[in-house]
Amino acid sequence: MQALSAGPAPAPQRQMLVGVSLAIVAMTMLVGGMLAVWSQQRTQAIDDTGTWLPDGVTVPEVPTNVMLMAFVGICVFGQWAVYAAKNDDRGHAAFALACTAFVGLLVINAQAFVYHEMGLGISDGTYAAMFYGITGLFMLLMIVGVVFSAVTAFRYIGGRVHDSEIVVAHALYWYAIAVVYAAVWFVVYVTK
Amino acid sequence: MTTIESSPEVAALASPDASTARAATLITDWFASTDHKHIGRLYLAGGLLGLLAAVVLNVVLAVERLDGNTFSIDSGALSQLIDAQRVALVFGTLLPLAMAMCVAVVPLQLGARAIAFPRLASSGFWMWFGGLVLTIVALVNDGGTLGGEADMVDLYIVGLGLMAIGLTASAGALATSVLTTRAPGMTMRRIPPFAWSALVFSLGIVLVMPVFVGTLTYLFLDHRNSRTGFGGNSAIYEWAGWLFTQPASFLFAIPALGVFAEVLPVTFKQRMPARGVMLSGLALVGVAAFAGVTQQRLHNDPVPFVQFNLLPVLGMLLIIVVAMLVARPRRGMQVKVNPGFIFAVFGFGMILVGMLGGVLYAIDDLDLQGTVFEEATLIFLVYGAALGAMGAVVYWAPKLWGRSLNVVFVAPLALLGGAATFLAAFPLYIAGFLGQPAGLAYADSDFEVWNVLALLGHALMAATVVCFLGALIATITGRSDAVGDDPWEAQTLEWATSSPAPRDNFIQLPIVQSAEPLLDEQQPTGSTDRSEV
Repeated sequence: MQALSAGPAPAPQRQMLVGVSLAIVAMTMLVGGMLAVWSQQRTQAIDDTGTWLPDGVTVPEVPTNVMLMAFVGICVFGQWAVYAAKNDDRGHAAFALACTAFVGLLVINAQAFVYHEMGLGISDGTYAAMFYGITGLFMLLMIVGVVFSAVTAFRYIGGRVHDSEIVVAHALYWYAIAVVYAAVWFVVYVTK
Repeated sequence: MTTIESSPEVAALASPDASTARAATLITDWFASTDHKHIGRLYLAGGLLGLLAAVVLNVVLAVERLDGNTFSIDSGALSQLIDAQRVALVFGTLLPLAMAMCVAVVPLQLGARAIAFPRLASSGFWMWFGGLVLTIVALVNDGGTLGGEADMVDLYIVGLGLMAIGLTASAGALATSVLTTRAPGMTMRRIPPFAWSALVFSLGIVLVMPVFVGTLTYLFLDHRNSRTGFGGNSAIYEWAGWLFTQPASFLFAIPALGVFAEVLPVTFKQRMPARGVMLSGLALVGVAAFAGVTQQRLHNDPVPFVQFNLLPVLGMLLIIVVAMLVARPRRGMQVKVNPGFIFAVFGFGMILVGMLGGVLYAIDDLDLQGTVFEEATLIFLVYGAALGAMGAVVYWAPKLWGRSLNVVFVAPLALLGGAATFLAAFPLYIAGFLGQPAGLAYADSDFEVWNVLALLGHALMAATVVCFLGALIATITGRSDAVGDDPWEAQTLEWATSSPAPRDNFIQLPIVQSAEPLLDEQQPTGSTDRSEV
C-alpha cells in the first residue's frame, strides 16, 4: 500500500438490493419492449385484416383475473416476510416466504390452465407465436421468483436470520413482477 | 528443532494424485474462477481474437469490393460474410473489449477486493462465449439473416440472444460493483473517470440488451413456427439490426472514452480540473445514445432524428473542453507520455469522427442512408474503441500481468492503428457521399479508388492487431521487463497495490480523501475535489 492509511472493511452497501434493482430494470425493459412490439403488430394486423385475435380463440378471463388478484397475495406475503425478518421472527419469515413461493406456483399453474383453455397452437400464426413469447417469458420470470423465494426461505431456515436485506430484495422483486403482470394482463388479456 | 509443515494444498500436489489435482486446479482456475481480473482477461482474449477475425473479414470483404461487378466468393457465402462482419465488429470486438477492461480494472480502481456477484460476472462471460460459438456455427452452416438453412437461422438468433444475456449479466455485476463496493471515502464524485464510464456503459447494457433479447424471442418463435408476422429471416436485421448501428454503438464505445479521460491527467501530471464536467460529458454520451436507441426508426416527427445522433457529440465536446484545460501550457508543466495515452487519443479521435458521421447519416437531405457511409461510421467506432482498449491494455498491463508491454515497439503501433482506422473508414465516407450503395456490388467504376484505399486501411489494421497480439503474448509469457507498482506515477487506487495485483486486490482497504488519492501524499494541498468541502 503506497502511503495511504488503511481503513476498516467497508460496511455492506445493500449489494443484494442494488443487484435486484438492476435486474428489475432489465426485466422492465424486456417486457416493456415486448409489449411495445406486441402493440405495434396488433395495430398493423387490425389495419390490414380488421382482427388480431385468431378466429375461434377466446381468452379465458376468469383465470387471468385470478392471477392478477393472486399477485396481491404475493405482495402481502412478501411484505409479511420483510416485517417478520426485521423483527427476527424466523418462523413467520420462513412461513411467509413459503406462502409466497406457493402462490407463485399457483400463478404458474393458472397460466398453464390458460394455455390449455385457449387451445392455441404455437404455429397458428403471428398472434400465437407472440402470445407464447411474452407469456412464456413471463413464466420464466415467475419461476425465477419462486426459486428466489425458496433460496431466501432456506437461508432463513439455515439460520442466517440477521441478513434481512435479501428478504427486502425478494419482496422488491415480487412487487416488480406484480406490476409487470398488470401491464401484460392489460395489454394481452384485456385489450386483446 | 525446525519443523516444516506443508499446507494441505502443497500436500495434495505432492501426492500420487498430484497430476489429477493439478488438472482439477487448472480447470477450476480457468473455467470457474471468480477473480475479476481473470474474467476480464478471458473477455480480453475473446475480444482481441474477435478483433482479429473482424479485421480479416473486413479485408476479405474489401478485396471482394474492389471490383463491384464480379465476386470470387459464392454469392450465398457473401451474405454470411456480411453477417459475420456485423457480429464480429459489435459482439465479437466492441462489446467484449469494453467489458474486458471494465471487469478487469474497475474493482481495482474502486479499492474493492472483488467484483460484486462474481459468479454472475463469470457466467456472463461463458454465456457470451457460448453464444459466439453458436453464432459462428450457424453462419458456417448457411444461417444468418439471409441464410437458407432454417435451423441454422434459428441457431443464429439463439446465439445472438445468448451473447446479449451474458453481457447483461456481466454488466449487472459491474454496475453493482461501482454502486456498492467503493472504498471508504470514495463518493460518486471521487470515482475515477474510467470507473464512471464503466458505470454508464454497464447501465446502458442493462437498459438496451433486454429489449434486444425480447425482440429476438419474437423473431425466433415466429421464424421457428409460422413466419407470418415478422417476414422470415430477412426481417431479422430490420427488427434487431438497430443494435449493430449507431447510436447503440456509441453506447458501447463509452469505456474507450473513459480510458482517454483516465490517462489524460496522468500524462500531464496534474489533478483533473472541472472534474464534474468530464463526468457529465461521459454521462451525456451514454444518456443521449440511449435516447437515440429508443428512436429506432429514422423518423423525423416530432423531433428530427438527427438530434438524437447530435447529442452524444455534445458530450464529446465537454470531454474535449476538460482535456484542453488539462493539457493547457503552464509554468513548470511536466508531461510523461505513455503509449497507452497515444492509443487512447487516437481511439477518442476515431470515435468522434464516427459519431460525427452518425450525425450526417441521419440527415435525410444528404441521401446517405442505404450507402456504405453507415458501414464507415461503424468501422470508425469499432476500430476507435479497439484502439482505446489497446491503450487500456498497455496502461494497465502492470496490474494484470506484472509486466509492461515493450514501449518502443508498441508506441508506433498506436500511430499505425490510427492511420489504419482512418484509411479503412474515411474513403467509405467519401464513397457514401458519392452514392456507393451498401453491400458489395456497385456499377460506377469511379468508386474503385476509395475501395482500394479502404482495403489498404484494413490491411494495415490487420498488421497492427497481429503486432499488438505478439507484443501482448511476449508480455504475458514473461519476455518483457517486470515493472514496479506504479510505473506511470498515476493517481488512482489500483496503483496502490502490488503489480500484478494479488487475488484479493488489497491487503488493507485504503481510506480515500480525494479523487486522486495517490497524489494526496505528494501534493497535499492541491486537491481540486470539491466534494471534500
